Amino acid sequence: MRRVRIEPMVWLFAALGALIVLFVAAPLVWTVGSVSPSALWQAVSEAEVREAVSLTLWASLVATLLALLTGVPLAYLLARYDFPGKRLVEGIIDVPIVVPHSAAGIALLLIFGRKAIVGRLLAPLGLSFVAAVPGIVVAMLFVSLSFLVDAARDGFAAVDPRLERVARTLGASPWQAFWRVALPLAWRSILSGMIMMWARGLSEFGAVVILAYHPMVAPVLIFERFEAYGLDYALPVAALMILISLMVFVLLRMTTRRRAGRLG
Amino acid sequence: MSGGALRIEALTVNLGGFHLRELTLEVAAGEYLVIVGPTGAGKTVLLETLAGLRRPQAGRLYLDGAEITRLPPERRGIGFVYQDYALFPHLTVAENIAFGLRLRGARRAELEQRVASLAGMLGLERLLDRRPATLSGGEAQRVALARALAVEPRLLLLDEPLSSLDPATRAALREELARLHRTLGTTTIHVTHDFEEAFTLGDRVAVIHHGRLRQVGPPAEVFRHPRDETVARFVGMGNIFAGTPLDGGRFRLQGGPVLLTAEERAGAAHAAVRPEEILLSRQPPQAENRFQGRLVALEDRGAILRLRVEVPPAFEVWMTRRAFERLAPRLGERLWVSFPASAVHLF
Repeated sequence: MRRVRIEPMVWLFAALGALIVLFVAAPLVWTVGSVSPSALWQAVSEAEVREAVSLTLWASLVATLLALLTGVPLAYLLARYDFPGKRLVEGIIDVPIVVPHSAAGIALLLIFGRKAIVGRLLAPLGLSFVAAVPGIVVAMLFVSLSFLVDAARDGFAAVDPRLERVARTLGASPWQAFWRVALPLAWRSILSGMIMMWARGLSEFGAVVILAYHPMVAPVLIFERFEAYGLDYALPVAALMILISLMVFVLLRMTTRRRAGRLG
Repeated sequence: MSGGALRIEALTVNLGGFHLRELTLEVAAGEYLVIVGPTGAGKTVLLETLAGLRRPQAGRLYLDGAEITRLPPERRGIGFVYQDYALFPHLTVAENIAFGLRLRGARRAELEQRVASLAGMLGLERLLDRRPATLSGGEAQRVALARALAVEPRLLLLDEPLSSLDPATRAALREELARLHRTLGTTTIHVTHDFEEAFTLGDRVAVIHHGRLRQVGPPAEVFRHPRDETVARFVGMGNIFAGTPLDGGRFRLQGGPVLLTAEERAGAAHAAVRPEEILLSRQPPQAENRFQGRLVALEDRGAILRLRVEVPPAFEVWMTRRAFERLAPRLGERLWVSFPASAVHLF
């Protein structure tokens, strides 16, 4: 049997890499591990916790669906057409990634606040954004839509435009070519973008807390319990959210891996 | 079933580096027209414009007398087969073939019957449940043809349909294309950079170069009587010499001898002789045109050999292996080249 000598460089890189992997994994594992199953169960059985967690999941899902409805058509345009200002549009879509999220919350407040333009416009419809669920959705949408739009754009860009052209010659309208060819072929990218966006929305604290401290989403609840009662009280909820996020993450990896497997 | 007649009037397409300039061309119903031009001459762009996938800057298109210039592709009834097939990767072979029929809301029984009949015609019966990624090039090309034919197009556009296939598959598919055309009679435009395909398939051939139509006619005619130097080079004329016509059907080559020709063309600036029409001998031959020269180069191509005899000018001569072995010429040897007056083409 041939023995492959491992270069010193590889050893060094592996050691450095192990350090950073440990840096991420250790706190997460430690947090979940330091909470006993009974403490976790107790946290789950608290109405306040359950409500906060389910509000977080729902609000993020609504934000994701709003982005699906508006962001995926935009992603298609970005993948298929060149138009003046395209770079600017792409830049705007990605800006939320770099803006501090508390600053984003302040900015949203200026538009969606009670006395602000959109806030006032939508008030007669019964939509209020401050200290209300729509505010949470808006905050989550703002900070996480880049993930879905970018993933969908890359997904559409990977579809050969000639497939849609052939569909047109076979009798498909542009609309039918989109539904029967482009969308099914980009669907897995869109789905993984949705999961990524949903997961990013679940974890949002900064923007949400400025628009809507109440009703409380899980990240705000963790913060409040830590501030008001200390670490022991915040820990079970933190562990619960880590577990939920991990499940979402596994789901994401499964969808992307199945795609890779199918192409290969 | 029969195809539609296409008329292209002064079609102009500008697309970055590529221009199609005032192309005018008629394709008769049921005709098989082969458009040849060098790679990168924008043949794909021309087909996409005919199919309605691109807007021309100027010009008009008529199909069966009705103008279709501004009609969207889905309402033209023009089938398209791309060079690398462009099959829908998320659908099976059967679903690919049925794609257009399904859009028309064909009933299930009709759909299945039509898919089965096309699969039978193209030998795809065993592949119907497969995904495109698992098909060979030849199989994928057949599926692409079946998919385009399923909706009974009035005009079928084939973009270099044989170029990405290996030689054996290419020959088989070339026969298949000829057979399909005989059976269905669909008006077909086939673009290629290979003049040979024009010979085996085309009722007529159109040569396009630098965005302009240079010549159109039956393949044998274009092959024998190219209209200008570009076409002559493209059809593999080989020996093209500049010169001036004299009276009495004679033509003086620049810095060389006078050729006897069977045709007279005032204003001609070139004479051409196909390399396979020239005979090589040791004894002075009986021929209208005969010159002595030295064998200066020899390239063995297997079945044929390419030789160059410096007269001057230098003549390229093709010999079959059998003829070559009988004559057994040596490099540097003085030999006679000869050809009849009818082999000289002027343009």
